[in-house]
Amino acid sequence: MPEIEVSRPILEANQRIAQGNRRKFQEAGVKVLNLISSPGAGKTTLLEQTLSRVAAELAVGVVEGDIQTTEDAQRVAACGVRAVQIETKGACHLDGQMISQVLAAFELDKLDLLIVENVGNLVCPVEFDLGEDMKVAVLSVTEGDDKPSKYPQLFQEAGVLIVNKIDLLPYIDCDLERIHQTCRRLNPSQKIFDLSCRSGEGLEDWVAWLKAWTRS
Amino acid sequence: MHELSIAQSLLDIVVQEAARHGVERVVRVGIRLGAYSAVVPSALTFSFDLIKENTVAQEAELAIEEVPLAGRCQDCGQVLENMESPIVDCPACGSKKIELTQGRELTIAFIETDEEEGAG
Repeated sequence: MPEIEVSRPILEANQRIAQGNRRKFQEAGVKVLNLISSPGAGKTTLLEQTLSRVAAELAVGVVEGDIQTTEDAQRVAACGVRAVQIETKGACHLDGQMISQVLAAFELDKLDLLIVENVGNLVCPVEFDLGEDMKVAVLSVTEGDDKPSKYPQLFQEAGVLIVNKIDLLPYIDCDLERIHQTCRRLNPSQKIFDLSCRSGEGLEDWVAWLKAWTRS
Repeated sequence: MHELSIAQSLLDIVVQEAARHGVERVVRVGIRLGAYSAVVPSALTFSFDLIKENTVAQEAELAIEEVPLAGRCQDCGQVLENMESPIVDCPACGSKKIELTQGRELTIAFIETDEEEGAG
């Protein structure tokens, strides 16, 4: 019974394509964020609120990942940026190949920032590199303060954590400090922004960080 | 259920490696799967069984070796084995700075055939 040693990463094909994307982004001088959250955490609303505040200074493109519909791309395009929708038709995550296939829709050389909104899911997108510079996790307080410890991989890998819907804190049992503590343990260098896309509280700090990071 | 995508990538590698080594029938595929990877072993097996039909791996079963989560204290060097969570304090010095050293593996380790060596 001959056993043949293989020893290859199972996702090496995706990794190769993602690295190709990363090279293209670097050559074009565009920074890339991969926005990950569960469905309904407020990724698209965060994008709308963010884009209206940075559009005058930065050239931004957006890739919207959803299982179905092009609604999100329309919402984002209404902010005056180029938005391309990927409908995964069932797949629970974006992968490097899907991103590679839509890059032709952008003039990368003219962009400062490309934001990819992944399919709403706290687990699957984490395993698939897209070629991004940084993952941004979005967690809404209504999801509960236990989520970072229950889904640690995302909260460990994300360079930025956005805690959204903090205007709802008076009405629910969510311990914001517990979220902070868990995430600080998982990733001590993570930047955390508590904000509300509805009231606008905290948005300016995030926007200021995003502008500075994009230019860094 | 991203396990289906992972199973497809796995099957692609199995088919490539079988062709490269002149193997016509793969009976076992060895996987190293980190306990801290976001992959469910049963879902991976289920997905692989769904898509392996009509390939060299159609009779292959997955042999999944789970790699436990382990780490090392960045303050005192204590090695932590079989960690139940990525968030633990060092049992030796109480430090919270634990560097994870294994547990995210998602690797194909080997393919096995029941053909005689040199055949095929």
